[in-house]
Amino acid sequence: MRAITAEGLVKVYRTRSSEVRALDGVDLEVEQGTVVGLLGPNGAGKTTAVRILATLLRPDAGRATVAGFDVVRQAQEVRSVIGLSGQYAAVDENLTGRENLWMFGRLYQLPSGESTRRAGELLEQFDLTDAGDRVVKTYSGGMRRRLDLASALIGRPRLLFLDEPTTGLDPRSRLGMWDVIRSLVREGVTLLLTTQYLEEADELADSIAVIDHGRIIARGTADELKSQVGGERIEVVVHDRADLPRAEEVLARDGSGQWTLDEHTRKLTVPATGGTAKLVEIVRDLDLAGVVIDDISLRRPTLDDVFLTLTGHGAEDDARETAGPGAAA
Amino acid sequence: MNRILADTLIVTWRNLKRIPRIPELAIFAILQSIMFVVLFAFVFGGAIPLPGGGSYREYLMPGIFAQTIVFAAATTAIGMADDIHKGLLDRFRSLPMARTAVLSGRMASDVVYNAGILVVLMVSGFVVGWKLNTGIPELLAGIALLLLFAFAMSSIGVLLGLGVPSVEVAQQVGFTVLFPITFISNVFVPPSTLPDWLQPIAEWNPTSTLTAATRELWGNPNPFVGTGLPAEEPVLVTIVWAIVIIAITLPLGVRRYRNMSR
Ligand SMILES: Nc1ncnc2c1ncn2[C@@H]1O[C@H](COP(=O)(O)OP(=O)(O)O)[C@@H](O)[C@H]1O
Ligand SMILES: [Mg+2]
Repeated sequence: MRAITAEGLVKVYRTRSSEVRALDGVDLEVEQGTVVGLLGPNGAGKTTAVRILATLLRPDAGRATVAGFDVVRQAQEVRSVIGLSGQYAAVDENLTGRENLWMFGRLYQLPSGESTRRAGELLEQFDLTDAGDRVVKTYSGGMRRRLDLASALIGRPRLLFLDEPTTGLDPRSRLGMWDVIRSLVREGVTLLLTTQYLEEADELADSIAVIDHGRIIARGTADELKSQVGGERIEVVVHDRADLPRAEEVLARDGSGQWTLDEHTRKLTVPATGGTAKLVEIVRDLDLAGVVIDDISLRRPTLDDVFLTLTGHGAEDDARETAGPGAAA
Repeated sequence: MNRILADTLIVTWRNLKRIPRIPELAIFAILQSIMFVVLFAFVFGGAIPLPGGGSYREYLMPGIFAQTIVFAAATTAIGMADDIHKGLLDRFRSLPMARTAVLSGRMASDVVYNAGILVVLMVSGFVVGWKLNTGIPELLAGIALLLLFAFAMSSIGVLLGLGVPSVEVAQQVGFTVLFPITFISNVFVPPSTLPDWLQPIAEWNPTSTLTAATRELWGNPNPFVGTGLPAEEPVLVTIVWAIVIIAITLPLGVRRYRNMSR
């Protein structure tokens, strides 16, 4: 049995002045015991999709099942097998960590003793034992996120939804959160994870669905997606902004695809076949054209390249990346 | 049914826990009422003659209690809006709990909270010269009526709190609507001193009927002019008011809660 299925999910938010088509026909399948990463930039529709699957929101069209239960007609059954940790920590600031977990356990319909025991276990597992009897108001952002995730796990859900679990965390807390998520996966939970970070999806997910403007625009394993974009990349950081047009000309000639420019860092990227020989050729041609460079490197494609190829814009910041002529076709 | 009760109790427990942890909320609620007592008992009171005589302070205190209870709507609305804003309502809605326990728990805890505030205000009332001229049964009946009304106001608060975009708006709406309602009444001045066109409004105002009902129950001065139903049967009219308010706003609030998934 598939843990999650979704067919043709549509959600339109209507406000007085506008209509936003947040989901525009999303299909999704998640196999039991796997991790699927829903990857997309801000506003792509990730949270909306998760909220529909977690029964918080009704779709305007389409249908979805979670653990075999229909998310609209059997919402209560769905709720008793899922755990949800949203984009912002949803815990009660005026309760202690332990009280929060106990309360959510009771509302998950665990008996009181079981709730207490489970709260203790989770505090330990999430390294919150010392802070467990302090009110959450005194917690750091990272601690709140851990408590939020612990709250989602209180009823030992078979299926877990994590909406941007590391957004806003410092790099160290992020690595810690990754470890926690990996250990959950080892225990066999099925996980749907949303993220804006390509690296994170690559790191945690078995397969990835790329979402943009409410549509799934690609799916596959990280490797499959990368191969879709073709071979290696050469990156050139130009020293002087004035040299950019000439450098672009060189890359258009020597590269094997469209170049892209990151204005901010003066970094030009171009797909290239021929490995180091091509690298040498480009260095020479840039030199001949009188372009001074700060850095040049050869690298394997990242998921960021995937996004750029699929959508014509970068995943993390639309404004920063400008594609070369013709790239957006 | 069992689950509804159990989950309601848990949500109530959780709401009550916060009271001692943010004592400012309760303290300022009490201070606001005491400020009105001081202002009217000591500053304006001397200039307000009661038709038929009697002690102004004895007259004032039941009005202060009623005013405090009317503000239960704001307390509930703010609590509801805060839970939405902090994402807690979403967490509750993702759990296999009795759905309406979030609302019933909120209303139950707010009634308990208001009962506590009422006790503090009654003690303060005794200090400034309020008296109970009847017996304990009447005292308890008056308190029950106040709490029934608190429940009705909480029901309005649920509807309001689920409908506003932010906690600040809940605060604003609460106070800009509730203050005039408590003032166009018999709380501070006898309605006979109001302009003619305002008098029927003040008489039928549930704040007035609640105030008149407790004044009547406790034997405090109750110079309610006019011979209309609210003047003659304030207890009955107050109970009807409470039932009508609950019958209208509670289903609407529950519906609004269910429609959050729209
Ligand atoms: N409650 C809402 N009312 C109106 N528009 C909304 C609402 N929630 C989200 N949106 C819009 O729907 C789109 C998708 O949002 P969301 O699902 O939150 O995306 P993501 O989680 O990928 O950032 C965005 O354009 C967002 O502005
Ligand atoms: Mg989101």
